[in-house]
Amino acid sequence: MSGLVKETSPTTGEYEITNYTINFGPQHPAAHGVLRMVMELDGEIIERIDPHVGLLHRGTEKLIEYKTYLQALPYFDRLDYCSPLAQEYSYVLAIEKLLNVKVPERAQYLRVLFTELTRICNHMLNIGAHVMDVGAMTPNLWVFELREDCMNFFERASGARMHAAWFRPGGVHQDVPLKLLTDIGDWVDNRLPELFGDAMSLVQDNRIFKQRNVDIAVVSKEDAVKWGFSGPMIRAAGIPWDLRKSQPYDVYDRMDFEIPVGTNSDCYDRFMVRCEEVYQSARIIKQCLAEMPEGPIASDNKKVSPPKRGEMKQSMEALIHHFKLYTEGFHVPAGEVYVATESPKGEFGVYLVADGTNKPYRCKIRPTAFSHLQAMDFMSKGHMLPDATAILGAIDVVFGECDR
Amino acid sequence: MTTVLHSAPKFASNDGVLETLSTALGSMVVSTLEAHGEISIIVERDSIEDALRLLRDEHSYQQLVEIAGVDYPGRAERFEVVYMLLSLTKNHRVMVKVSTDEDTPVPTVTTLWPVAGWLEREVFDMYGVTFDGNTDLRRILTDYGFEGHPFRKDFPLTGYTELRYSEEEGRVVYEPVELAQDFRTFDFTSPWEGADYVLPGDEKADVPPIDDPKVTESPKDTGAGAKADDKAAKKVSAGSPAEKDTGKKAAGAPEATEDAPDRAASKGDVEETKGATVPETKSDKEDDK
Repeated sequence: MSGLVKETSPTTGEYEITNYTINFGPQHPAAHGVLRMVMELDGEIIERIDPHVGLLHRGTEKLIEYKTYLQALPYFDRLDYCSPLAQEYSYVLAIEKLLNVKVPERAQYLRVLFTELTRICNHMLNIGAHVMDVGAMTPNLWVFELREDCMNFFERASGARMHAAWFRPGGVHQDVPLKLLTDIGDWVDNRLPELFGDAMSLVQDNRIFKQRNVDIAVVSKEDAVKWGFSGPMIRAAGIPWDLRKSQPYDVYDRMDFEIPVGTNSDCYDRFMVRCEEVYQSARIIKQCLAEMPEGPIASDNKKVSPPKRGEMKQSMEALIHHFKLYTEGFHVPAGEVYVATESPKGEFGVYLVADGTNKPYRCKIRPTAFSHLQAMDFMSKGHMLPDATAILGAIDVVFGECDR
Repeated sequence: MTTVLHSAPKFASNDGVLETLSTALGSMVVSTLEAHGEISIIVERDSIEDALRLLRDEHSYQQLVEIAGVDYPGRAERFEVVYMLLSLTKNHRVMVKVSTDEDTPVPTVTTLWPVAGWLEREVFDMYGVTFDGNTDLRRILTDYGFEGHPFRKDFPLTGYTELRYSEEEGRVVYEPVELAQDFRTFDFTSPWEGADYVLPGDEKADVPPIDDPKVTESPKDTGAGAKADDKAAKKVSAGSPAEKDTGKKAAGAPEATEDAPDRAASKGDVEETKGATVPETKSDKEDDK
């Protein structure tokens, strides 16, 4: 600092003004969980942000090393607790890739259907929270009703509202009743567009909302790639990159949907990309409902998926399989894979190292929020303090996933 | 090459990619592997930055998606640092790996991708791998003032310290971990498929056979000595002592009682609960009025 000349302000007289460092969080309603940000402010202008993460670190990856493959599955619900099934998806696909098991068609459709429902559920939370962060109250209450509907669907499929633990290596846990599928169809046709449309009509062209979001945290395409952006964050920057399209898994290659991209790469674009994704997810759900065949919902490989209850009453072989699967678990051939799916927040990856036993040797989880949050510093630089909440809201960060 | 049955994400074909990349990387490559549809290239530790720059600039792997650490305590260089690269234009993924130990730093790649900053911090925090050139190598996920590197295989799952809020001191205190119950790991693997415990009785399987097997065809063969042999030769059953009548009454269960024992009158102004079977008397009813 030796070369700097201290500037004397004409207005402050004898008082010297220095940068002000404040703590944002860890307990702050706009921090979307437990995030501590050490902010250096020059007046109300943000000079530097140092996010401190890890306050919700639970050592999930270490815990997984001590569990069998099946026992580790529910941990994935608890990472990003706003989109549980999307996390399970990467994990079961990673196991399936190592085992090389075939998943029946109905299970593939069910998984795609419920992942898209999860996406809507997640976006409802984020969109609601984002508009509330910048001052609007009503839309949040409305979209939370839709989120509640999604939760009820999850409950009817799996028995749990949030932590479904419904996907299985080789398929899904249980089949869904026909009434659930017709109800989802009705909901997607009627209630979702109506209520979501109403809520968004309050926000999308709202003058105050635009003032708070347009031209805030503009990120160039190059920066978005360099900083490891994914999901709506990279699409808002104008790069049409969606793993569902470019690296399709399950039956996504049969789905007809579009990838919304932003033009200006600001917080408003990120918000609008998510809004449009809700409609695109609804499209995928409708296609799934129309095309879904009847049939089994779990792999016929008896070394991976458990036998039916009825079979167990009749067949000794089935009983032994059931016992071995739920005590010892299945063995996964040695090898390593990195499998990433398009979670609602971006690329959610699982790097799974198997050593041939019934437990993962290493399971590295690639969270979406980690790289986005790292960019918080350069995105916020030069913006006002209240913009930090808008930027954070548009990142869509959940700390269960970021801290693992 | 086995047929692909799974439905995991399908990216561009791996055909010929490994040859192209290993030719381009030349002497930097230590070994390569293609398995389960994934390409991984192990490169020299000191040339990781050059290798990744080459892959980024010449082979359009634009994005560094993730850096993962893995611990293999049995190896001479126990840690593996895995860089996941993604090409947005070629729609392809590769893994690049280096290995290192506790003391040898890995060159940083923050010069190529700013996102590497936090990813390297995480590997450092969890495994203690240092990155040469990373200017901000602080811990990231663990607590302030944490000691040790928790994802190493020799770090216990329960950790060493636990914290709680102390009412007396009015703050959060750190204490050594005390478990009310031992941490339980169940090993369900088949005993004949490599379980790492000994089943009861299995230890006998390893005892070598002896030349002169011991037999007990007559009492003196027991090897317990003359005194024990005498005792063994005696008649054993002499009638059990309980059969003798001593004339005393055996202590049995207490007499059954009709009523519950009296209990002390309750203090305070709470009324005693009336017994369900006690009939209401006239005077009780008058009290209510």
